[in-house]
Amino acid sequence: MATFTVNGKDVTLEVPDDTPLLWALRDDLRLTGTKFGCGIAQCGACTVMVDGMPRRSCVTPIGTLDGASVETIEGIEGPEVEAVQAAWVGIDVPQCGWCQSGQVMSAVGLLRMNPAPTDEDIDNAMAGNVCRCATYVRIRQAIHDAADMLEG
Amino acid sequence: MTVQTRRQFLAASAGLVIGVALPIRARAQSGAAAALGDGTLAEGSFAPNAFVRVAPDNTITVFCKHIEFGQGPYTGLATLVAEEMDADWSQMRVEAAPADDELYKNLAFGIQGTGGSTAMANSWMQMRQAGAAARAMLVAAAAERWGSDAATLTVSAGTVSDGSNSATFGELAEAAAAQDVPVEPAVKNPSEFTLIGTDRPKVDSRSKSDGTAMFTMDVYRDGMETVVVRRPRVIGATVASFDDAAALEVPGVTAVRQIPQGVAVYATSTAAALKGREALSVEWDYTDAETRSSEEIFAAFSEAARSPGLEAEKVGDSAGAIAAAETVHEAEFLFPFLAHAPLEPLDAVLELKDGKAEIWMGAQFPGADKGAVTQVLGLEPADVTMNVMLAGGSFGRRAQPTAHIGVEIASIAKAAGRDGAWKLVWTREDDLTGAYYRPITVHRMRGGIAADGSIVGWEDRVVNQSIMAGTPFDQGGADPTSFEGSTNMPYALPNLTVDWVKQELPVAPLWWRSVGHTHTAYATEVFLDELLEKAGKDPVQGRLDLLKDEAGRDRAVLERVAEMAGWDGTKVRGDRAYGVALHESFQSYVAQIVEISDAGGLPRVHKVWCAIDCGIAVNPNVIRAQIEGGIGYGLGTALYNELTLGEGGEVQQLNFDTYRMLRINEMPEVEVAIIDSDADPTGVGEPGTPPIAPAVANAWRALTGSSPRRLPFARAGV
Repeated sequence: MATFTVNGKDVTLEVPDDTPLLWALRDDLRLTGTKFGCGIAQCGACTVMVDGMPRRSCVTPIGTLDGASVETIEGIEGPEVEAVQAAWVGIDVPQCGWCQSGQVMSAVGLLRMNPAPTDEDIDNAMAGNVCRCATYVRIRQAIHDAADMLEG
Repeated sequence: MTVQTRRQFLAASAGLVIGVALPIRARAQSGAAAALGDGTLAEGSFAPNAFVRVAPDNTITVFCKHIEFGQGPYTGLATLVAEEMDADWSQMRVEAAPADDELYKNLAFGIQGTGGSTAMANSWMQMRQAGAAARAMLVAAAAERWGSDAATLTVSAGTVSDGSNSATFGELAEAAAAQDVPVEPAVKNPSEFTLIGTDRPKVDSRSKSDGTAMFTMDVYRDGMETVVVRRPRVIGATVASFDDAAALEVPGVTAVRQIPQGVAVYATSTAAALKGREALSVEWDYTDAETRSSEEIFAAFSEAARSPGLEAEKVGDSAGAIAAAETVHEAEFLFPFLAHAPLEPLDAVLELKDGKAEIWMGAQFPGADKGAVTQVLGLEPADVTMNVMLAGGSFGRRAQPTAHIGVEIASIAKAAGRDGAWKLVWTREDDLTGAYYRPITVHRMRGGIAADGSIVGWEDRVVNQSIMAGTPFDQGGADPTSFEGSTNMPYALPNLTVDWVKQELPVAPLWWRSVGHTHTAYATEVFLDELLEKAGKDPVQGRLDLLKDEAGRDRAVLERVAEMAGWDGTKVRGDRAYGVALHESFQSYVAQIVEISDAGGLPRVHKVWCAIDCGIAVNPNVIRAQIEGGIGYGLGTALYNELTLGEGGEVQQLNFDTYRMLRINEMPEVEVAIIDSDADPTGVGEPGTPPIAPAVANAWRALTGSSPRRLPFARAGV
C-alpha cells in the first residue's frame, strides 16, 4: 500500500496499487479539480505535479508513488501559480474550463523551469494538453503575461 | 415548479410580495452556485421576475436559462441585466436556472434549450426587460422612501440617488419587492449603453482557473456508486448475452445489470467500475446494427447522388445553362462522420430517495432529460429536480432531443431496484463509439461558366441523413439542417438548383457545431473558388462582384477581411499561400483569409484574419474568444478528424490517439475584426467554424494545385 503526500498531507489509501492516481484523487480524496478526459495520457486534463514535475495522473498507478509528493490544482502554491492564474483570469483564457486545471499545471511546470519561454518553448511544454475549445491563442498569451509578471 | 416548492420558497423569503412566477430556488450544488458563490436566498431579497434577484448584501444574481459550456451566456446575459439596471459589474452573480420549459423557454424553440447560437439572440430583449423592471422597482422604492419624484432619480453603479439621498440596490431590495412589477418596462436606447459593447471580464474565469468550478462529474453523493456501461463497437448492436462472473470478482464491483444501452457495471469507485467492465464478456446481436463500412456508406451515397432529390432551392434552369456553358466544372465532396468529443465526456448523477429523484447534468435540453427520468422511473414530474451543471464542452453533443443520457441514468437507477445515488461516466471510448455523429455527407456539384467568365449555372446535390427527423423540431419534408448554407447563398446566380437526397442509417446523427454549415460552407466556397479560378477571376473581387444587392453584410465582412490581410490578389508569396472563404450562419456573417504553408503534405496554418458581423457586439471579448475557438475547432477537424466504420461496421477510432485533437503548436495566430452594427445581436458560438476549412482548402489549391475532395486533409491510411 503506497504512502505519499497530496498537497502536503500524508495519504495512505485503502485501494489497490494499480488504481490510477486520477481516480484516487477524485473518488477517494474528493479533489475534483483534476479532470478526466481520455484515460490514456493523450489530453493532459488530468495533469498534476509529482515531485514537482507535471505528470498525467490517469496513467500513474498509486503503487508507483510511495514516498512521492503530489500537488493538485487545489493545493499548488508559489509565485508561478499566482502569476499563471492571474494571467488566465486577466485575459479570460477558459471557455468550458474542463482542461484548464491541467493547462495551469503544465504552464506552472514550464515557468518553474524556464521563466522567460519563447513561443516554441510554450509549444513544446504545452503540446500535451488538449483544449477542445481551442483557447490556445490565449493560453500562449497568458503564459507570456505570467512570465512578465514574474519578471516585474 | 411545484406548489410545495413554491410555498417553501415563499416561506423562506417572508415579507416579499411578488406578483410574477418565480423560479424554484437553485440548489447550492448547482454549477453556477459553486462557481460563483453561495446562492441561497437571503431574507429581504428582491426577485422581480424569474431572472433577477437582488439580495440585501447588494449582490445581483441572474438566473441564466442557457447552459454554460464555454460559449459565454453567463457573462452575456448578466451583461444585459446589469446594463438595464445600471448595476456595477462587480455585484453581478450568475446561477443556472432550473429546468422549467415554460418559465425558461428559449424563445426561438418554445422549450428550454440551448443551441443554434440562439442564446444571446433570443434573450436580448427578454433579459434587458428583466433588468429594466428590476431597476424601475428599485427606483420606485427609493422615491417612496425619500418622497421624491421617481423620474428625477439617477442610478449609477448600483446606487440610486436623488441628489441629497443615496441608497444601494441591496438597501432598497426589501422595499422594492413591495412595488408594482412593470408590465412593459422601457429599455435603453443603444446610445445609452455603457456595458454593452465593451470588453467585459467573464464571470467564470476565476473558478475555471483554480479548479473550483463544479461540473457534473465533480458531484459526489453519500453512498453513490459509479456506473460504466459496456456498449457495442458496432453501432446499433444489442446485447445477446453476457457473462459477468469475472466482473463480479473485481473488488469494488457491486452489481452488473443489463440495461437498454448495454451492460452496466456498478462499483464503489470509478477505477473498480472500469476494471469490472474490462472483465465482462458480452455477445452482441447485430440484427439492427449498421454493419457497413464507411467506404460502403460513401459508395451508396455517391450512387444516390446520381438521382434527383427533394428540391431545396431553384432559380432559373441550371441544367440548361450548364449544358450551354463554355466550361463545365464538376466535383464530388465527401465528408466523414465526426464526433463532437467534448473534453468532459457525457455523464450524469441521479439520486433516488423515497419516490423523489434529483439529477445533476450538463443538459442542453433540461426539460427533455428531466422528462425522460420521470418517465423511466414512473415518477410524478413534481418529484423530479434537475440541476443544470456547467459542462466541459458540448459543441452540440449535449443537445439531446432523444434525452438518451437522461434515459440511461434513469435506466441504471431502475435496474438497481432500490433507492441510492449513481454517477454515470462515459469514457472517451464510449464517446467516440457512441454515434450521434455529424452525419456522413456527399455534395455533388456542377457549375457552368460562359465565354465571358460569368457563372451561368450552379447545381448542388446534398446526400445525407436528416438530423431533425423524429425530433420535436421535425417539421416534415425537407430538413433544412441537411443543406443550410447550400441554400440562400449570398451570390446572385441566375440558374441554380439545390436538392437533397435523404438517407436513413441506424447511426444516430446530431447537430455538430454549425450543423449543416460544417459541410455546405466547404462544398460551396471551395467549388465557387474553383469556378472563379477557371474564369480567371480574383477570389475576393470575384466574390464581391457576385454578391446580391441585398448582401450588404456579407460584402462588408469580405471587404474588411481583405483590408485586414492586405489582400492584393497574390495567392502565393514565397512558401506561403493565401485563401479566402465567406459564409453566413445563424444570421452572423463571417469572412476569413488564411496564410498557410506546406508542412510535409499537410497545411500548416500560420495566420487567420477574420471579420464578423453579429449585430451589436454585446461583449467583444467573448466574441473574439468564440471566433478563436471556433477556428481552432474547425481547423483541427478539417486537418485530422474522421470517425470511420471498418469492415463489419466496427468503429475504428476509440480515443484521442487516433481521433486527433488540434494542439497548441498547430494553432494559428487569429486576428478578429467585429463590424460596427446597430442590428440586434446574433450568435457567435458556431459561425466562426464553417469558413476555416474552405479557406484553408482554397489556399492549399493555390499552393499545390488541388483542394481536397474528401475531408479530412490527413485521411486514415492516406
